[in-house]
Amino acid sequence: MNTALTAVTSQEYKYGFVTDIESDSVAAGLNEDVIRFISAKKGEPEWLLEFRLKAYRHWLTMAEPEWANVHYVKPDFQAIVYYSAPKKKTPKYASMDEVDPELLRTFEKLGVPMNEQAQLAGVAVDVVFDSVSVTTTYKEKLATVGIIFCSFSEAVREHPDLIKKYLGSVVPTADNFYAALNSAVFTDGSFVFIPRGVTCPMDLSTYFRINNKESGQFERTLIVAEEGASVSYLEGCTAPQFDTNQLHAAVVELVALDDASIKYSTVQNWYAGDKNGLGGIFNFVTKRGLCKGRNSKISWTQVETGSAITWKYPSCVLLGENSIGEFYSVALTNHKQQADTGTKMVHIGRNTKSTIISKGISAGDSSNSYRGLVRVLPKATGARNFSQCDSMLIGQNSSANTYPYIEVQNKSAKVEHEATTSKIGEEQLFYFQQRGIPVEDAISMIINGFCKDVFRELPMEFAVEATKLLSLKLEGSVG
Amino acid sequence: MLSIKNLSASIGDTPVLKGINLEIKAGEVHAIMGPNGSGKSTLGKMLAGHPSYAVTSGEVLFEGRNLFEMEADERARAGVFMGFQHPIEVPGVSNAQFLRLAYNKQAEANGREEMDPLEFDDFIREKIQLVGMRDEFLDRSLNVGFSGGEKKRNEILQMAVLEPKLAILDELDSGLDVDALRIVGEAVTALKSPTKAILLITHYQRLLDHIPASHIHILQDGRIVKSGGPELAREVENRGYDWVKEETAAGANP
Ligand SMILES: Nc1ncnc2c1ncn2[C@@H]1O[C@H](COP(=O)(O)OP(=O)(O)OP(=O)(O)O)[C@@H](O)[C@H]1O
Ligand SMILES: [Mg+2]
Repeated sequence: MNTALTAVTSQEYKYGFVTDIESDSVAAGLNEDVIRFISAKKGEPEWLLEFRLKAYRHWLTMAEPEWANVHYVKPDFQAIVYYSAPKKKTPKYASMDEVDPELLRTFEKLGVPMNEQAQLAGVAVDVVFDSVSVTTTYKEKLATVGIIFCSFSEAVREHPDLIKKYLGSVVPTADNFYAALNSAVFTDGSFVFIPRGVTCPMDLSTYFRINNKESGQFERTLIVAEEGASVSYLEGCTAPQFDTNQLHAAVVELVALDDASIKYSTVQNWYAGDKNGLGGIFNFVTKRGLCKGRNSKISWTQVETGSAITWKYPSCVLLGENSIGEFYSVALTNHKQQADTGTKMVHIGRNTKSTIISKGISAGDSSNSYRGLVRVLPKATGARNFSQCDSMLIGQNSSANTYPYIEVQNKSAKVEHEATTSKIGEEQLFYFQQRGIPVEDAISMIINGFCKDVFRELPMEFAVEATKLLSLKLEGSVG
Repeated sequence: MLSIKNLSASIGDTPVLKGINLEIKAGEVHAIMGPNGSGKSTLGKMLAGHPSYAVTSGEVLFEGRNLFEMEADERARAGVFMGFQHPIEVPGVSNAQFLRLAYNKQAEANGREEMDPLEFDDFIREKIQLVGMRDEFLDRSLNVGFSGGEKKRNEILQMAVLEPKLAILDELDSGLDVDALRIVGEAVTALKSPTKAILLITHYQRLLDHIPASHIHILQDGRIVKSGGPELAREVENRGYDWVKEETAAGANP
C-alpha cells in the first residue's frame, strides 16, 4: 500500500456531526393516522390528503424492488419517524431572527449561509432540515420577474392551483414503491415556477440535511418551466454520521413546456457509512423530467459520492417534438458502498434526442452499476440517442457493471452505445510520482480527466466542489 | 552524486539484486548492460522509488541524502528522473497538463517560479522540437495510443522539461527508428552538463554511439560482475555475455 496515498485520502466524513436541537416529531410508524397528522400539521387542503391516502393505499399493495444490483437489509418502515421538524412557535419563520441559532450554526458549519448577504453571489437557496424547509432566500427578488421559488408547503398554501395541476403529473403516485411511499408521506421540499419567457437570473439551489436519527427524509421537488422559460437548479445534501441507516426517498418532477429548458445538477454527499459498511443513508430516489413541449430540454447532471446505497435513475420523457434529454453522471463508490444508478430516456415525440454520459468510479469493496434504458416508441421518427458509459476501477476488490437496455420500435431511430472499463493502478501512480507529482494530485488529475465530460456540465462552483469531493472520497484505495 | 553501497533487493521472496556497488559522479555517463532478466530495470526502478521492491540490505545516497528515506515524488523533485522501458498510458490526462503539473511541482519544491498555461505553452513548444514531436502530441492523452518510438520520445521530452540531475534511461533505444535514435541521442547529449549525470540501461552499442558512456557495467544475476571503459560495450556487442560469465566463474574459483 502506498503510504502517501493512504494519508491523503483518509479524510473522515466532515459533515457527520449531529445538531442538538429540539424537534417536533410524530412517533415512529406509518398508518393512515400518521398521514392525516402530517397533512393536518401542514394545513393541507382535502385533495392533497386524498392524494396521500391514495398513494399510501397503493403502496400497501406494492413490494420493494429487487432487481437492482444492491444488497441490504430492508428498512423497517414501522421504525421510521415520518415527521420531524425543528421546534418553533409559528408555522413559518417570519424572519431569520426566529430561526434557532443552533440551526443557523449547523448550516454555517456545512458552508450553507442562510442569510442573503453572506450567500454566494447569484444563488438563491432553499434549506430543508429533516422534514421541513427552514428558509428560502432571494424570494422577493425573484418574485419581481414572476418566478416562484419557495418551500413545497408554502407552495401548497400560496399556489394550490399550480401544485394541483402538476403534482404527480410526471411521477404518478403508483409509479414505484418508493415514489408511492414518498407521495404518501412527503413533508416538504422545493417548488419552482418560471413563467413564460423568463430566464431565471440566478441559479436556484436546495440544500437538504437529515439530522434526526430515526427520521426518514421524504422531500418533494417540483419545477415547472413555462413556454420559453429557463432555469438552472442545484441540489446538495449531507447527513450526520449514525451507525444505523436512514432512508431518503425523494421524488423530483420537472416539467418543461415549449422551448423551455431545465438544468438540474446534484452533488450528493449523504453519509456513506463507515469503512465496514455500518450506517449510512439509503438513497432511493425517483427523479423524472417531462419534456412536454416542442423544443424543450431537460438536462440532469449528478455527482453521486455519498450514501450507503444509491438507487436512482433521473429520467427524461421526451414527448414534445425536437425535445432533448441529457444525463451526465459521475458516481463514485468506496468501501462497502453500493450504487445502482443510471437513467431512462423515453422517446415519444418525433426527432427527439438524448445523450447519456455516465462515469462510474469504484474503489475499496464497493459495487457500482450503471443501469440505463433507451426506449424509442413507434411515433418517435428520427429519434437519436448516444450513450457513453465508462467505468474506472481502483484497487482489486471493487466491481463495476453496465446494464444498458435498448428498446427501439421505430426503424428510423439511431441509437449508439459505447462502454469502456479502465483501472487506476500502482504503475500509473508511480509514473506520476516519478515525475514529482504527489499521489493526491495524481489521483485527482486522473479522476478529473475521467470525469471531465460530466464536470463541464456543472455550474462553476459546483464543479470545483465536486473535484475536491471525489479526491477526498478515495480513501486508501490504491495498492 | 549517486553512491550505491551493497544494495540487495527482492520482489516478494525472490531476491533480484544481490549486492550492487556503484559510484556515479557529476558529469559522468554510465551504462549498464546485461542479459534479459538480470535486474537492470529493477535497479532503475528501485532508485526511482517503485513501491513493489523491498530493500533487503545496503544503502543509496543521492547528493548525500538517503534515497530510501524519500518518497518517489520527493526523489523526483530532488532531481532523479527515470525514462521508462515501458511508459504507461494514462487516458483522460493530456500530455501538456501532465507536463505542466510535473514542471510546477518541481519548480515549487526548488523555489522557482511556477508557470501558467500560457507561459508553459511557449516553453513546451520549444522543448518539443528538441525531440522532433509534433505539437498535437501535447493535447493527446498521456502516452495513449503512442507508438513505441513516440513513447520514448515523450520520455525524453519530459526529461527536457524537468532537466534532472540524474537521468536513468531504461532501454531508450528500443522501439526507435534510426533517425529517431539520432534525434533523441542528440537531445539527451544536449541536456548533458558537468553538473548532471546519466545512467543508461541498454543492450546495444548503437545507443552508446549517440550518447557516449565513460563507464560500462555488466549486470548479471543481480550483481555487477564487470566494469570497464567504452571498449567493454564493444566487446559485449561482439561476443555476448557468455565469456563474462566464464571469466566470473573462473575468477570466483581460480
Ligand atoms: N513485478 C515483478 N514480479 C515478479 N518478478 C519480477 C517483477 N519485476 C521483475 N521481476 C523479475 O526480476 C528479474 C529482473 O527483472 P528486470 O526487469 O530488472 O530485468 P532486466 O534486466 O531489466 O531485463 P530486460 O533486459 O529484459 O529488460 C526478472 O527475473 C523478472 O522476472
Ligand atoms: Mg529491463
